[in-house]
Amino acid sequence: MKYDVIKCELLSNEQIAKDIFDMRLSYPEQQLPVSCGQFAHVYVPSKTLRRPISVCDVSDGVLRLVYQLKGEGTRLMSQMKPGQEVDILAPLGKGFKLEAGKRYCLVGGGIGVPPMLYTAKQTEAPLVITGFRNSELVILQEDLKAAGAELVLATDDGSAGVKGFVTDIMLEKIDEFDEVLACGPTPMLKAVARLCAEQGKKCQVSLEERMACGIGACLGCAVKVRENGEEIMRHVCKDGPVFNAEEVVFNG
Amino acid sequence: MADLSVKVAGVEFSNPLIAASGTFGFGMEYGEFYPLSVLGGISCKGITLKRRDGNPPPRIAETPSGMLNAVGLQNPGVDVFIKEDLPWLKKQNTVIIANIAGNTIEEYCEMAEKLSKTDVDMIELNISCPNVKHGGVQFGTSCESVGNITAEVRKHCKKPLIIKLSPNVTDIASIAQSAEANGADAISMINTLTGMRIDINSRRPIIHNNTGGMSGSAVFPIAVRMVWQVANAVKLPIIGMGGISTWEDAVEMLIAGATALQIGTVLFSDPYAPVKIAEGLNTFLDKNGIKSVTELTGTIKPW
Repeated sequence: MKYDVIKCELLSNEQIAKDIFDMRLSYPEQQLPVSCGQFAHVYVPSKTLRRPISVCDVSDGVLRLVYQLKGEGTRLMSQMKPGQEVDILAPLGKGFKLEAGKRYCLVGGGIGVPPMLYTAKQTEAPLVITGFRNSELVILQEDLKAAGAELVLATDDGSAGVKGFVTDIMLEKIDEFDEVLACGPTPMLKAVARLCAEQGKKCQVSLEERMACGIGACLGCAVKVRENGEEIMRHVCKDGPVFNAEEVVFNG
Repeated sequence: MADLSVKVAGVEFSNPLIAASGTFGFGMEYGEFYPLSVLGGISCKGITLKRRDGNPPPRIAETPSGMLNAVGLQNPGVDVFIKEDLPWLKKQNTVIIANIAGNTIEEYCEMAEKLSKTDVDMIELNISCPNVKHGGVQFGTSCESVGNITAEVRKHCKKPLIIKLSPNVTDIASIAQSAEANGADAISMINTLTGMRIDINSRRPIIHNNTGGMSGSAVFPIAVRMVWQVANAVKLPIIGMGGISTWEDAVEMLIAGATALQIGTVLFSDPYAPVKIAEGLNTFLDKNGIKSVTELTGTIKPW
């Protein structure tokens, strides 16, 4: 059987920035290895739908999920206590496709930064560009440095790191990488994808969509992609969350 | 061990729990959790004559104790279903129900004809999808239109024919009677209730289709009431659905008048829900000295 519900022990669940929480769960990584960019579908008691959260890191039998308090479901998640059992479906989805010998530029915006930690660990000396609205929202800088990344921090208002957008930094360092792996808000992904297309860089983007089953059965989390010249619907949970940027037909 | 088997329109189910159309795809994904033979049957994702890409996202919104969806019948079309999905489904040792939806009565008839030549066990007429512009629920909201489409499809359908009813009507019992009078073999009910959520910041509906079909625990009491009303109005067997999440819900729905059950939205939080419900049902029957689950159907004692 390919899928199973995993009962994890909650080890810690701490706030690390404004509305951002860091949840650590016991996880049998030997039996269920995770590739970077995959996600866990977290059961929240009393809610109809699970919450899809990208894997921030997995090591030594600990799965780390860094999530943003956005609504009722994540609020309930933030109240979960150490020792509690947490029911997850994981690992789900298709993550980033990595090739040996390439230098990657990892671009994370806001709550799109967490999956870049595990991705940074799987790539050699990557350039990691992290963007946040302001200093209150900055996360995971120490972890990313420890992962061996060349790290750049940018904020929209300049309250931490350099002032500017992730695409400004990408352009400055455009000769220093071969391919881009990005996760963040849709406007950022669109801008990153456009820049990569203009500069002739390959780019993979991790997308988000309102999701129900998490395994490709209900067809809820649709995303329009262009394949062989034809526009078709794929699904973030099963075909993604990572897609080739050039195939994605971004909304709006 | 009580006898959980039930019969609907001559078709034998090993237990009354059927995966509800639209929540279970064509079974392959949930087949990675457990052998699909643990289910009484599978009602497949609604299929149309030609491929449909469905609605633009977002298609999903959570609601208190439930959710809205407006997938819009995304499916590969009936021919692809027959060629690529049905052969695999037929090996799963469970009852296979094809759920069909069309833009016109002719399309429903054509699909019924095609599927009658295959190994599907039953055909479920989806005249209650609230999320498509043409077809779907427009055939399911008046006695005349339900009677008409049932009679027409009946002429082309050689398989047991289930009519899936919409709850978005004034008098569901009279609609069920219309289906019965025009050749239906069974009723399944209820499809989703049309609902809506709005993002108060953007003032946009959360769902791109603006409205969506509501399902989950929140609709369960409505489903129970409607199943009870229809059970009082027709002799046809009823496949009850709408927010069934626990074995207690299953027992309640059977008592209200259902012969079999469809399980949908609860799968999204617990993929194993149908397995757990079957176990709970069995324990309940044993505890109460009831030999067969069929003995529960319609045993309500109304005030």
